[in-house]
Amino acid sequence: MSHSAAAPESKAGWEHFPHDADVGVQGWGATPAQAFEQAAYALTAIITHAEVKPQVLVQVRCEAPDLELLLVEWLNAIIYEIAIRKMLFGRFAVRRIEGARLEGALWGEPVDVERHAPACEPKGATYTALRVAKNPDGAWSAACIVDV
Amino acid sequence: MDLARFTRIDPTTWQIEPHGAMRVPAVIYADENLIRDMDDKVFEQAANVATLPGIVQASYAMPDAHWGYGFPIGGVAAFDPDHGGIVSAGGVGFDISCGVRTMLTGLTAADVVPVQTPLADSLFRQIPAGVGSKGAITLDAIDMNAMLSGGARWAVERGWGDGRDLERIEEAGQMAGAKPEHVSDRAKERQRREMGTLGSGNHYLEVQAVAEIFDAAVAQVFGLAQDDVVATIHCGSRGLGHQIGTEFLKEMVVTAEASGIALPDRELACAPINSEVGQRYLGAMRAAINCALANREILGHYARRVFAQFFPNCTLQLLFDVSHNTCKVERHTVNGKRRELFVHRKGATRAFGPGHESLPAALRPVGQPVLIGGSMGTGSYILVGEASAEGKAFSSACHGAGRALSRHAALKRWSGRKIIDDLASQGILIRSPSTRGVAEEAPGAYKDVGAVVAAAEHAGLARRVARLRPLVCIKG
Repeated sequence: MSHSAAAPESKAGWEHFPHDADVGVQGWGATPAQAFEQAAYALTAIITHAEVKPQVLVQVRCEAPDLELLLVEWLNAIIYEIAIRKMLFGRFAVRRIEGARLEGALWGEPVDVERHAPACEPKGATYTALRVAKNPDGAWSAACIVDV
Repeated sequence: MDLARFTRIDPTTWQIEPHGAMRVPAVIYADENLIRDMDDKVFEQAANVATLPGIVQASYAMPDAHWGYGFPIGGVAAFDPDHGGIVSAGGVGFDISCGVRTMLTGLTAADVVPVQTPLADSLFRQIPAGVGSKGAITLDAIDMNAMLSGGARWAVERGWGDGRDLERIEEAGQMAGAKPEHVSDRAKERQRREMGTLGSGNHYLEVQAVAEIFDAAVAQVFGLAQDDVVATIHCGSRGLGHQIGTEFLKEMVVTAEASGIALPDRELACAPINSEVGQRYLGAMRAAINCALANREILGHYARRVFAQFFPNCTLQLLFDVSHNTCKVERHTVNGKRRELFVHRKGATRAFGPGHESLPAALRPVGQPVLIGGSMGTGSYILVGEASAEGKAFSSACHGAGRALSRHAALKRWSGRKIIDDLASQGILIRSPSTRGVAEEAPGAYKDVGAVVAAAEHAGLARRVARLRPLVCIKG
């Protein structure tokens, strides 16, 4: 499963990559923030391929010692909101990454089992295959394995 | 994997000699085909575990081992606190105390088949499964702490279980040393409405029939005969365990560095057992074990309620309840000496042999039931612990078939709808909120569970008692 944003010049997109038991998520974009947003779309796609309506806004904040660990924190913050609110999220904005801190916004709706047909529940983002880096072409990539 | 990388000790024992920072060898138990098909990452991860401080004897991998995070799934390692030994959040995993319980229905396949469809539908309706499902139980702060301390015993006291089950659950249903105060508010919040929910992924409730008996004498002690029907539940500590795993993994990356432990992989994040963080993790992890034990007890209670609607005299007697993602303090003999060790099992089942003091009187003469979940098409196995497993891998055996293909690859290859239809034509009813979830768990995505348990038996880890074929599978 992969997806590229509509405008080709945005160079943003995401994909899943294989792991024996779990799922790898990778996002890419012009900035770390955009790559993080795309990785979040990949996280939602683990659960559902159906449309998730951006009805409710949830703000999240997290921090970590470095950018790679911050990706894991960001994904885990989303997993936490999915779990406690029983919601899915279909739109993401990383508003600010300053040093080790991130401020982001998630838009989504309550899980509708019939319509979303959730396939799998993410348990946690892991440090396995964890990589946040600027590629030679200038785009940022953000990836890790998610335990499901 | 390239077999030339191993020293072959015997047909099912493959040793990785210590190299680099490895303190002890790594040993993989598997037959030649299984090890040839194993991912190279298992080699790498088993060798990485062997570098951790205080590791005793060897780092082990079971016949169902596959690429995990930090530890391989199917990894076993014991650490001695008096020799700088560590406890690792990654070595236990996110789904703390994930495990399997099997209950005897006292019915035969001939009794169940006529009501197979309504039984499947009722179980699917009445057992919350999958993302977004809500449990009927909401815990307040006092109940939460009581559950985290009390485990399955708490569930029984609250009327969601049967007191006779307790001696058939590891730790008699209540893990000692749990410290609810070390479980974060976020972890508790994640669990508030999750008790009595099955979860998703590879978790399931199955109704199964005994398809084959390998050891008639032990089968009789276990209460299993040809065509008998059992109910098996596979699930864990739900959101609470996931959150504890996530939080301590993050913290232990920092403490490992501060303790001067060089991590070959951040996912091996750990802390000395004799440290503040190590002790705090153990208290929280044991609370999560109680959460898993309570959750499986409640799910068992729900299953009993559904069965009673169809068969009023059916009580579903618990055969056994095992956990396969844990760290437990156990006494083992190493080089002739009894030592108290912290045994990590990540995707591996404790498998005590005959005579073990922790087993209830009825099971002690034969050994502990070892419950092995297969895939929904191929069935499962019940094994019995062997005395020889103590010297082989600190009394441990495999836990399942182990994946052969990623979810990604499975999704490309199979359609969930077709799997459901094909299995239905073979008399196996699948109920799941997601056909995609079914495709990801396709029988063909798993290793041959028969080969895995045969290798475990050959290696002296556990012996086959019975094979189970599925009749109904509820997947989250």
